Amino acid sequence: MAVRVNPTRMELTRLKKRLTTAVRGHKLLKDKRDEMVRQFIILIRRNYDLRLEVEKAVEAVSTRFSLAKAQMGALRISEALLYPARAAVYDVGERNVMSVNVPTICYTGSDESTDIPYAFTFTSSALDNAVMELSELLPKLLELAEVEKTCNLLADEIEKTRRRVNALEYVMIPEVEENIKYITMKLEENDRASLVRLMKAKEMMAAAAEKADREKMAAAGNL
Amino acid sequence: MKERKIAVIGDPSSVMIFKAIGLDVFYEEKEAQIEQRIHKLADQGYAAIYITEKAAELAKDAIDIYATATFPAIIPIPSNTGVLGIGMNKLKSNVEKAVGADILFREG
Repeated sequence: MAVRVNPTRMELTRLKKRLTTAVRGHKLLKDKRDEMVRQFIILIRRNYDLRLEVEKAVEAVSTRFSLAKAQMGALRISEALLYPARAAVYDVGERNVMSVNVPTICYTGSDESTDIPYAFTFTSSALDNAVMELSELLPKLLELAEVEKTCNLLADEIEKTRRRVNALEYVMIPEVEENIKYITMKLEENDRASLVRLMKAKEMMAAAAEKADREKMAAAGNL
Repeated sequence: MKERKIAVIGDPSSVMIFKAIGLDVFYEEKEAQIEQRIHKLADQGYAAIYITEKAAELAKDAIDIYATATFPAIIPIPSNTGVLGIGMNKLKSNVEKAVGADILFREG
């Protein structure tokens, strides 16, 4: 045992209180960890699917865009896309998942997904398709951002919680229990010591009294 | 609910198209500039930043700083040269961190 504790009753009461708190905290944290892992598994699966889908779609859009660029020339493309389609503003909030604040993002702009920001005169149809595909992809992109960030934050929190659980389970609780045991044994030992002392004292007193009695009797007999 | 914007960072040929759907697009290709841009956007309160995997690889440190914050969510996307697998690797490392083993991708 690394830490020496005072073998007093006050210390014992304090340690016992600490042990109850630690055990309760341990149970709560363990429950928290289990629930977080459950939610994390659900979310990470969604994240995986979304990422696969989005990566594929973005690549397809990129290919189309390169095609359009080849057809129209880089300069004309940047000219066509110079003016943004719509002021993209999103409603952003926070959600609480097991005391982890995670973002929620939802699109609040217009629903016309086929909003093309340029005139058709000088642009190729490949560009139109690329833009349209990307607009359709936008909700998925937003969900990916939301889910991936959530997973990221949850993973962090799970790691922290697991560390706390382990620290309580394997370090703190055993140490306190050992200290309690040490104090109880020390106190019992003291009890026994004083009991023996008392018995010894009583014996000695009894012997002394007997001796005095006998001397008295002898003295009486002599008379 | 607050209203916030979303940004895209990358090389012009990969991310120019995002302008058409109304995201704020920033063309950055050098490491220092990417990092600076990320910090600036986070400061301005952007909700999410999509960044090409190529750029994300260059600016790992800057991205890690915001890993534990609720905003912005920095999400790697493939650039025009294809998927590099950085996004997927991040996802896998999340699983390993949380569960202790890669339970998700062994089956697939």
